Amino acid sequence: MAVVAQSPSENAGAKVSLRNSTFLRVSRYVVVRLLTLFATVVVGVYLTIMIANMGGYVDQIMRSQVRDTITQKIALNPAMQKLDPAVRKQLIEETITQEEERLGLNVPLAVRNARYLTNALTLNLGRAINMTSDAGSKQVRLIILERLPATLLLMGSSQLFLFFASIFLALGLSRRYGNFWDKLVVALSPTSAVPAWFYGIFLILIFAAIFQILPFGGMVDSPPPSGTLAYSLNLLKHLILPASSLVISSFFLSIYNYRTFFLIYSSEDYVEMAKAKGLPARDIESRYILRPTLPNIITNFALLIITLWTGATITETVFLWPGLGRTLYRAIGLYDIPIIVGSTIIYAYLLAMTVFLLDFVYALVDPRVKIGEN
Amino acid sequence: MNAMKSSLQNLLKYPSAVMGTLVVLLLVFTAVFAMIKIPYSEAIRLWRGGEDVWYQNPKFAPPAWINHFSSKKYAESFSARTTDGSMEKTVTPGNEGTVSFAISYPLDFTYDYYPQEMILYVTSKYETKQPFVSVELLTPDGRKIRITNASIGEKMTYRFSQDQKLMTRLRTEDVFPALFSDPETGELLKGQYQLQISGTTFEPGSDIDVEFVFHGQVYGLAGTDQSRRDLVVPLLWGAPVALAFGLIASLGTLVLTMVIAAIGTWYGGWLDELIQRITEVNLVLPFLSILIMIGTFYSRSIWVILGATILLSIFTGAIKGYRSIFMQVKESMYIEAAQAYGASSPRIIFFYLIPRMIPLLIPGLVSSVPSFVFLEASLAVLGLGDPILPTWGKIIQDAQANGALYRGYYYWILEPAALLMVTGLGFAMLGFALDRVFNPRLRDV
Repeated sequence: MAVVAQSPSENAGAKVSLRNSTFLRVSRYVVVRLLTLFATVVVGVYLTIMIANMGGYVDQIMRSQVRDTITQKIALNPAMQKLDPAVRKQLIEETITQEEERLGLNVPLAVRNARYLTNALTLNLGRAINMTSDAGSKQVRLIILERLPATLLLMGSSQLFLFFASIFLALGLSRRYGNFWDKLVVALSPTSAVPAWFYGIFLILIFAAIFQILPFGGMVDSPPPSGTLAYSLNLLKHLILPASSLVISSFFLSIYNYRTFFLIYSSEDYVEMAKAKGLPARDIESRYILRPTLPNIITNFALLIITLWTGATITETVFLWPGLGRTLYRAIGLYDIPIIVGSTIIYAYLLAMTVFLLDFVYALVDPRVKIGEN
Repeated sequence: MNAMKSSLQNLLKYPSAVMGTLVVLLLVFTAVFAMIKIPYSEAIRLWRGGEDVWYQNPKFAPPAWINHFSSKKYAESFSARTTDGSMEKTVTPGNEGTVSFAISYPLDFTYDYYPQEMILYVTSKYETKQPFVSVELLTPDGRKIRITNASIGEKMTYRFSQDQKLMTRLRTEDVFPALFSDPETGELLKGQYQLQISGTTFEPGSDIDVEFVFHGQVYGLAGTDQSRRDLVVPLLWGAPVALAFGLIASLGTLVLTMVIAAIGTWYGGWLDELIQRITEVNLVLPFLSILIMIGTFYSRSIWVILGATILLSIFTGAIKGYRSIFMQVKESMYIEAAQAYGASSPRIIFFYLIPRMIPLLIPGLVSSVPSFVFLEASLAVLGLGDPILPTWGKIIQDAQANGALYRGYYYWILEPAALLMVTGLGFAMLGFALDRVFNPRLRDV
């Protein structure tokens, strides 16, 4: 029977099945998406572990390093010099075996990699091999937590300022594009080809070396000033140069990108229509230009929040800023795989979570987007 | 062809494009000049050379042209030797096989600072009887100061500042103010000095040669670093290295990205899926950390780093952008026509799909050069620069390691920094203009 008049109850049933299908579609999407993202994280972290010990090559370096330091230590120890050479040799061998056991070098590489991977995925960051935190702990978690505030302060202040300032200024420029300031920003946008640390060197040269009004680097004076206010002011003084170099290096390109983006949206027909209707400029901006660009702006903001975590290795190095980027760099120099893996896994999880959540945010801000539909 | 021509004409309307092109051409010219003037092996020998190659230069000397910006003139460093005729040597045979040598050097001293050091390297040939030299300095006011007398072996190095006897004779710890001052006023005396070395050999066939090295405060066109190296060598050679690294990395990345995106889009299915998954995995990998790890554990060679950079830069967001454009192109009529007359898949990919993207490739190619040039410099600043090649980043790293900013050796950082900056900005400006010409969406805004 093909054609039957629909009764009200049937109509309700159709609604329920529609709701069910939405639920099914979304949950299927969530499951598939979470699984693929998890697989991505696993593969990414495993690759990082493999690279961090160069497929076993780093083991050789560490083995010879252990042998070297222990042989030296025992040979130079006056208390051991009177020992019989054979006994001393045995002592050296025993100590080396102990140290290799501590470093996990006696376990086959594949097993060790698998262990690193499962520990990382369960966020069991474990203990560092060579590094210690300033407080003296070998816990990777504590080493990272100790450096996190410094990085968050530097990256947070500079990136948030950059984000809001460039959107605000870009809106202003897109309102009257072609004027002097607009042309200036367009002309200056190639300056963002130069990385932040590079501007940092120039800023140090000008403000620290020549005018001597701001410090060369570091986070506080040594000894640090007492009192919260004095301490904060001192911190602020040290923050100015690294934060400004981070801002300067992306400032003009960021404004230019947002401005071009807004301009493309302001030439849409519905914006012309709104203008023709005589809507006030502020309403056009907030309802007709900012609204459709919202998904992009949110994506940028989310990615910005993630980059706070990675820190700015080279800028931190140039300014001797005790942040995460520098710690990671030192960890690599000391073959400290747990710290490298710990930093990577946290970044990977943050990224995966953000990518996952963004899909839902898109659906929330843009009614045309339906989750799980192509 | 016509489209190309009009694009070029459009390009000339942008002043930034013209400036950028000039900078790039100048860089290419510098790179070629550097490679012809200082061949590769010679550049490596000079850059890796120690005291034996660079003993003639002072350490940490700013370039000589800073004298133009200062009312007080710094002494310029130089060296002269008898072997190439820059120092005059007259030979007079005496009796019983002795030979007298008179070697003189006119020292035009018109600076406002005393020299840092003066050194004589005397070499001689003899069988059994050692030759003998005496050194004197004639001052502009006609005094004659005896510096030293010595019989010399095969090699003798005489440092003016280290000679205890000379210090006692001049009644001072500091030799140069005593040598280059008016004895009555105690002030620095400018004018024509004359270094006179007279020597005697006592055997037939015996010979003396002298090299005079004068260390002032400034040196040459670019100054020197902590190992006395002339910075002209790494500054010149930095250009070909930076260009090669930037261009190869940028070209390699873009072309590979495009080919992979085209293949993935054309064949679709699991291949396309695989490429997308790899891109997502690559997003998780810490790019800079991996490069640092490769540099620390494996090899700091610029070519290894270059390969790793290209590999890690292929599967990025760009591949998704190309993919979406290829998706549109794939549906075009001319592709359908090509399929209809039986073109093979590789033919379609390489002769129909990819050529359509070349206008998009050019701006991307030019504007991604600076990021790679600066990547090399960044790694060098972290101490992971190529161990053999001289690069701009390595100069900055040497300068940072020696506290150049703190100790006031600004030239040492500013010279490579200026070159990096000019290179980066030149490519960025050109790329920017190209983007506006080739990307019609941006043309009006």
